[in-house]
Order: sequence, then C-alpha cells, then structure tokens
Amino acid sequence: MSVQSPNLEPKGIQGLGKAIKRKEDQRFILGRGSYVDDMVLPNMHYLAIVHSPYAHAKILSIDSSEAMKVPGVKAVITSKELAGANLAWIPTLAGDKQMVLADGKVVYQYQEVAAVIATTRQAAADGAAAVIVDYDPLEALVDPFKATADSAPVVREDLTELKGAHGERLHPNHIWTWKVGDEDGTAAAINSGEVKIKQKMLYQRCHAAPLEPSGVIADMNPGTGRLTLWLTSQAPHAHRTVVSLVTGIPENNIRVVSPDLGGGFGNKVPVYPGYVCAAVASIVLGAPVKWIETRTENLTTGSFARDYHMEAEISATKDGKVTGLKVTTLADHGAFDAAADPSKYPAGLFSICTGSYDFPKAFAQVDAVYTNKAPGGVAYRCSFRVTEASYLIERSMDVLAQELQMDPVELRLKNFVKPEQMPYPSALGWTYDSGDYEATLKKALDKIGYAELRREQAEKRARGEFMGIGVSTFTEIVGAGPSKDFDILGLKMFEGAEIRIHPTGSAIVRTGTKAQGQGHETTWAQIVAEELGLNVERIIVEEGDTDTAPYGLGTYASRSTPTAGAALAMASRRIREKAKKIAAHLMEVGEADVEWKDYKFGVKGVPGKSVTMNDVAFAAYTNFPQGLEPGLETTYYYDPPNLTFPHGAYIAVVDIDKGTGEVKVRRFLAVDDCGTIINPMVVEGQVHGGLTEGFAIAFMQEIPFDEQGNHLATNFTDYLIPTSLESPKWETDHTVSPSPHHPIGAKGVGESPNVGSPAAFVNAVVDALSPLGVKHIDMPVTREKVWKALRAGGVDSF
Amino acid sequence: MEIKLKINGTEHKMDVEPRTLLAHAIRDAGLTGTHIGCDSSSCGVCTVVLDGNSAVKSCTMFAVQAEGHEIMTVEGMAQGGKLHPIQQAFHDQHGLQCGYCTPGMMLASYALLQHNPTPTEDEIRFGLSGNLCRCTGYNNIVKAVQQASAAMQPVGSAADD
Repeated sequence: MSVQSPNLEPKGIQGLGKAIKRKEDQRFILGRGSYVDDMVLPNMHYLAIVHSPYAHAKILSIDSSEAMKVPGVKAVITSKELAGANLAWIPTLAGDKQMVLADGKVVYQYQEVAAVIATTRQAAADGAAAVIVDYDPLEALVDPFKATADSAPVVREDLTELKGAHGERLHPNHIWTWKVGDEDGTAAAINSGEVKIKQKMLYQRCHAAPLEPSGVIADMNPGTGRLTLWLTSQAPHAHRTVVSLVTGIPENNIRVVSPDLGGGFGNKVPVYPGYVCAAVASIVLGAPVKWIETRTENLTTGSFARDYHMEAEISATKDGKVTGLKVTTLADHGAFDAAADPSKYPAGLFSICTGSYDFPKAFAQVDAVYTNKAPGGVAYRCSFRVTEASYLIERSMDVLAQELQMDPVELRLKNFVKPEQMPYPSALGWTYDSGDYEATLKKALDKIGYAELRREQAEKRARGEFMGIGVSTFTEIVGAGPSKDFDILGLKMFEGAEIRIHPTGSAIVRTGTKAQGQGHETTWAQIVAEELGLNVERIIVEEGDTDTAPYGLGTYASRSTPTAGAALAMASRRIREKAKKIAAHLMEVGEADVEWKDYKFGVKGVPGKSVTMNDVAFAAYTNFPQGLEPGLETTYYYDPPNLTFPHGAYIAVVDIDKGTGEVKVRRFLAVDDCGTIINPMVVEGQVHGGLTEGFAIAFMQEIPFDEQGNHLATNFTDYLIPTSLESPKWETDHTVSPSPHHPIGAKGVGESPNVGSPAAFVNAVVDALSPLGVKHIDMPVTREKVWKALRAGGVDSF
Repeated sequence: MEIKLKINGTEHKMDVEPRTLLAHAIRDAGLTGTHIGCDSSSCGVCTVVLDGNSAVKSCTMFAVQAEGHEIMTVEGMAQGGKLHPIQQAFHDQHGLQCGYCTPGMMLASYALLQHNPTPTEDEIRFGLSGNLCRCTGYNNIVKAVQQASAAMQPVGSAADD
C-alpha cells in the first residue's frame, strides 16, 4: 500500500499567538495524571523520618530498638549508617555542605534525625514514633541581627575556617559578603543628594508550598545495577548528575524520572534528605523505597524562600530625578547555605534592584548569616532573589515619592529607562534587552482610569475614608543564562531540545526543562508548529526522563521559554535547513531556488508550486536525495547570549475598613510585557496564578519563629494560603517588546506577577494610610498591623 | 478489618486498619485521582462526593465510616466516554494548570451545583473556599463553574439570576 502524506492547511497549525486549549488537560481532568505518590512498584517499601523537636541541641543517643520491634519495620538509618556510604553530609547548591541526618547535633527544629523503612506507610510512621532520641538542648540563634555578636551561639561547629565558598567569613555564623556596584561613587551621590530617603524593609521568610509535597521512589534494581529515582524534580538532569557525583554511581546507571508535578515554584529544585535516605535504603534493601513528604515536613524543612532584611537609601534632586541607590541587606540563610543560586551569584540576581529606573550610581551589599532555622533560599516563583530586589525598589520609589510629595506615577515617569537607551547598561552591570516602560505604564493608567481614581480618593479622604492606589512598574531579569556567567555546581545553564519528525508528519519533542503546570506540552508544540508548519495536535512534548530527554538545567527562574523555547526554535530551524534540501529534490529545483513561506516550501518566482513539511517528512523516510542522511530529527543546545528582561505596570486599588483593619483589593490591573506571546490563554493563566501568590505574600504568608526557634507555621491552618474567597479578581493586559536576542522574541512570564505585585499591594495600603503619616508596613500586611496603624494614627473605630 | 466501599458504583472489598483514612483507602484501590496535600483537611485536594451531593474531604473520614455510602471520585465523573460538563468547563476555561487540585476542585463544584444549580460568582467563591489552588488564582475556576452551571441546566430552561 502506498502511503499519502497528510495535507495540512496553515489554519491547522495553531502556532504562535493562538489561545489554544491545553493538550495536557485531559489526563488531569480525568484523574489520570501520574504524580510520584500515585506510583506503586512491586515490593515497595515506605520511609518515614524522625524530626528534632529542638532548634539547637546535642544528640546524646538515638535508640532504635523499639522501632525495630514494630511489625513491618525493616531498617532504621541514622547519620552513622549514612557515614558508611560517605553520605552523612552532602554538598549544597551554594558551595556549603549539609547534614543528611543530624550528625552529633541538630541545628534547626524539625531537622531530620533518623529514617525508618517499613513494608507499609503505617508501619514506617509507627516506627518513626518509636525511635527514642536523647537531646541536650543548646541556646538557639534565631535573630539574624544577633548572629555575629561575640556571645552568639555557634550554629556550625563543623566549619573551623573563617573562609567559605564566597570568600572571607567575619564570624563563625557569617557566611559571605557580596558587594556589587560603585561603593564610593554611590556614597558620594547619596551624600550630595538634595532629597534622601532611607527605608528598612523585610521580605519575610515564606514558603512556596506547592499542593503536591515533595517525594521520591528510589528503585535500585540489583538485577540491572540501575538506580531509578521517580522524583518531584524541577531539574531532573541536574539531579542525576548530582546523585552520580555524590554517590559515585556511574551516571549511566542512574535514571531520574520527574513525572507530573503538582506545582513546584522553586520548592522542587533542591535535593532533600528524604531523597538521599530513600536511595540509600533502596540500595541496602534491594527494593523500591517511597518517601512522600508530609505537609508539616514540607513547611518546616523543605526549602524556605526570601528572608531578606533590606535597607534602601535613595538620593534625588528636588524635582525628583534619582541620583543614587544604596542597598544593604542581611540574609538569613538558616543552618546550611543551601540557597539555590548560580555559582557566581551568592545573592542571585539581586543586583536588578535598580529596577526600571535610570540610576547613575548604585551599590548593593548582602551579608548572609547562619541561624538555627531550616536551610533553603529557593527562588519561590522568582528568578534568584529578583522578587526581593523588585519589592525593594518599587516600595522605595513610593517612599521617595511620599518624601517629595509627588505622585508615584510622576516620579516613575521621570526616572524610567527610555526605549532609546536600550540595550541599557544598568549601574549594577546588566544589559537590559528591550522595553518601553512609559508605554506600558500609560496603558495601565488609561485602562484603570488612574486620574478618576485619584479624584475619588481625594473625596474619600475628605470624608475620613481610607482608599489606596498602589503602583509597581517592575523590571525582571530571567532566563539564566549565558554559560560564560551562569552555572549551578559547575553545570552551565544552557538548555537542550530534541525534535524527531515521524514519516507521517507528526513529531515528538523533548527538552531538558520540566513543567509543573506551565503548559509546556502545549506551548512547546506551538513553537515547533510555527517554525515547521506542523499541526500542533500532532506534536507530542515529553519532559522529565533523563534517559530520553536532552540535557538541560530544568524549569525555574522563568528560564524555560528564554532557554528551551529558544532551543526548540533553533532546532526547528536546523530541521528546516535539511528539509529544504529534500524540498528541492521533491520539486526538482535547485536548493537556492527554494524558499520557506506561509508554512511551506515554495519556489522563488513560481507561485503555486510548493511542498509542505508533511511532504518533506514523508520523503525523508521514503524518497530522499541520494547521499543525504535519511531521517528528519535534530538536537540543539541553546546557550543564551543574554538574559531577558520582562517588565510590567501593575496597579492595585484597595479600600480599608477602618474599624477592623481589613484591606479589600477592589481592583488589580496587571499590564505585562513578556515579549512575544506564545499562547495568550496560558500567559493570562500564569499571570493570574502569580498575582495570587503575590497577594498571598503581601497579606498572608509568613514562616515565623519564636525565641527558642520553634517553627510557628507548620501546617495550612497556620501558614495561610488564599482561597477563592479572599483572592481578588484580576484584570490583565499586555504590551509586546520582543527580546532582540531570542529567536522568537519571547522573554518568560511565569514569575513576573509574583515579582511585581507585592509592592503594588503594599504601596496601595501605605498610600491609603499616608494621611496618618504611615510610610511603610512590613509584609504580610495583616489586619492587625493595619488596625494598629489606624489606631496609632488616632482613627476611631467607627 | 474487612470493609466494603462503593466507589463510582463499583463495590471494593478491602482489608483496612481502623485508622485508615478514606483518602488512603480510595488511593489504595488504585483510584489515584484523589490526591493528598495537607494532612489537616485544609487544602481539599482529597475531596470526594458522598451520596451524590455532599463534598467531603476524604482525609477527614476513616474508611470504615464510608461503608454504606456511595462515593464518587474524579474517575466516576465522565460517563460513556463523555466528559462531565464540569470537566469540559475546566478544560475550556483554563481552570487548571498543574492538575493537583483539579479533581477535588471539580468534585467540590459538583456538590455545589447539586445544591445550587445557578450560583452567583460570590456563591461559587464561597462554595469552593475549602479547596486551595496554587496555580490559577481561581478566576478561571469560577468561570468554569459558571460554564458548567449553564451547561447543566435542563434543555429549554432559563437560568434564573
């Protein structure tokens, strides 16, 4: 039988810019997704962890004899057993090392002390409850500002040298100092400023808390000698390499599979002790071992985010032109420096803190310290400390506007980096790619009716009511990154894409990234469809299996579209080059006469003569020119020449109940510019979700500790996640400033709303309360804080 | 102990411990669309429908307590190879991203629409407030329930506002 290649009209392609529904939805709405905990392997065992009740204590003894008597319990692992496998400590992403299980002492509450492996999850839990640990409590270091005092308890007695991965340490509890910018020049600019502001602000410790907790099934098969890790991983290849380096198992004998992920938001980037214990247990037992984090484990020990104690100083002329920015930050990193940042940047991309504004001088310093808190410092829906930076500058610009008695919009318009300055070299060393900040802000002002809102506010103020309008015009830095500057544990942050076109014009596409809800199965297919003129429905996207996917560093830091999206476009173009030769052969013309136009190959100057990519795909297997390599597939590794700089203008409108302190978000408009839009529906969905997490951080989410280092947000009744009731309704719009260096001009969007929105919310609340002299309120802006501000301002309840 | 659970119309004989939660029993029966997310009845990803109209967080209930009840999970929503209007609406309105909250969210919506076939937006937001979503910001979930509500009206009837 002779097979015909299917014909395809361009309308069936559904490439860039089309709001097509998601290809991945079907399995989720049928309940047929496959998350790690959904998988059951033959003879699978379960692992439960024993946690420390103390934030800082010596371990006098661990008695597992009662635990071993629990029916079904097979083994109890402590640091001693891990030491036998040289796995008592493992390297962190930040050049430090961390205990897998407590070694001699515990350094944070809920620290992992022992692991119990049993034949059922109930037996494992019963076994963990039966492990008896004798502790001798020590004074806990909780306040980071007391970390470098002479009298401070030393968190890390294992570190004997006052030198670390990032230079000199000033105290046993000090980790590093990081400085960027012109220190003297900035000091001079600030000293001579006509107007100055200085504002302290805390970006509080919070937690990404994806609804699916982390987990693993470690399966060492003695028959094949291969260790398979079914892992909640945002970076499966990086995890495979790390596991190989740390365990000594050859990398070909390790397979990491990251199946469906129930959210990630940065929380599924690190390697957690539970993973290591499960792997060791599987190797020892020769059976699969599953560990699924409880919510309490997730919130107490699974990497925190933020915890930046910041201070901004800005100088400006009397008419509001900024002249200098100085930022001083104390970063609480907990007991191990496990911050997830590229090697060269211990404070991540915090130096984007000049934001959208043309600061002639700037300087930033961050000092990191150890405390008796869990390790972390993941980029929670953010590209490496960019959220902290964005919050700092957007909040500070409002403080400056208040000082100048100037409308915050006017101040921003006066100081924006101008489109004609692009590519713009920032005072702290970045080269912004594109953007028209004024146009984006003006679109937002028009759409929300800013002038009318200000009039309404004036009327309400006259009546003693509290209405606030908050603006945030942020610039992000995402898409890490160029290999000359960006690596994690030495692994350069490029990204791979593989495309295989089947004979009948369908295709499988694989990348080193790993979606957690972002919709890559749809948007990656749209990029390839656009570039190759194939039907989106016939392109399958697969991520997460290190045995099949090309190498890449994974999905976080809004890097998937800037890196893997680019790799896909470049791989497609490479395929098109070869396809052109086949097209010339099919049309019996010279290759030089073939042109790619309207999603097909035509002949220059000969209208009507054309072949589709489907025709070419079929010919690549059935009728290719002699001497040409058969088949139609390729792999492309994309090393970005620069990062991308998405931006946006957000406006929040709030009303405050002066009796209760409740803040009602009446309106919120987000105008985003993420460059070329691949799928407007997906982009809008990402913006909605990110805004809700920004709202959560601004008003609800916090991981507090008491003076003994007790964790005070160990479940969802204390760590507050917004529900449908309190979440605002979101309004969205966009401008498009394509990235000049990205093959399709896209910049990434998943984190913009979480980066840009917290300042808009807080600015709105402070704006509402500014008649009372309020200049700043730290997040989370709870009713209690607002109520106190109202009372302190002399406002009666009614 | 031996129990019988009727899930999506099929009777499952199970040997469970008295402390076994309904969520675990359902998942152990191979129906993994019912998820677990918080262990404290806060997040709602384990929501199932009991006796056709009652949304229950299956981690708040022991498996033994569910004996004699009709349990509906996400796997029981589509009938005859056709998506339930709620499932169709979540897809159409981009009411899901990572998919982890989706089964519970759809079943909470199902129970809501049984009690109130034409809810207002405020009633939808109140009705789903026991179910957390970290991805969508709820706007599109509300739209999905509105679409489903319209689609589930008997033919010829007008939804009364």
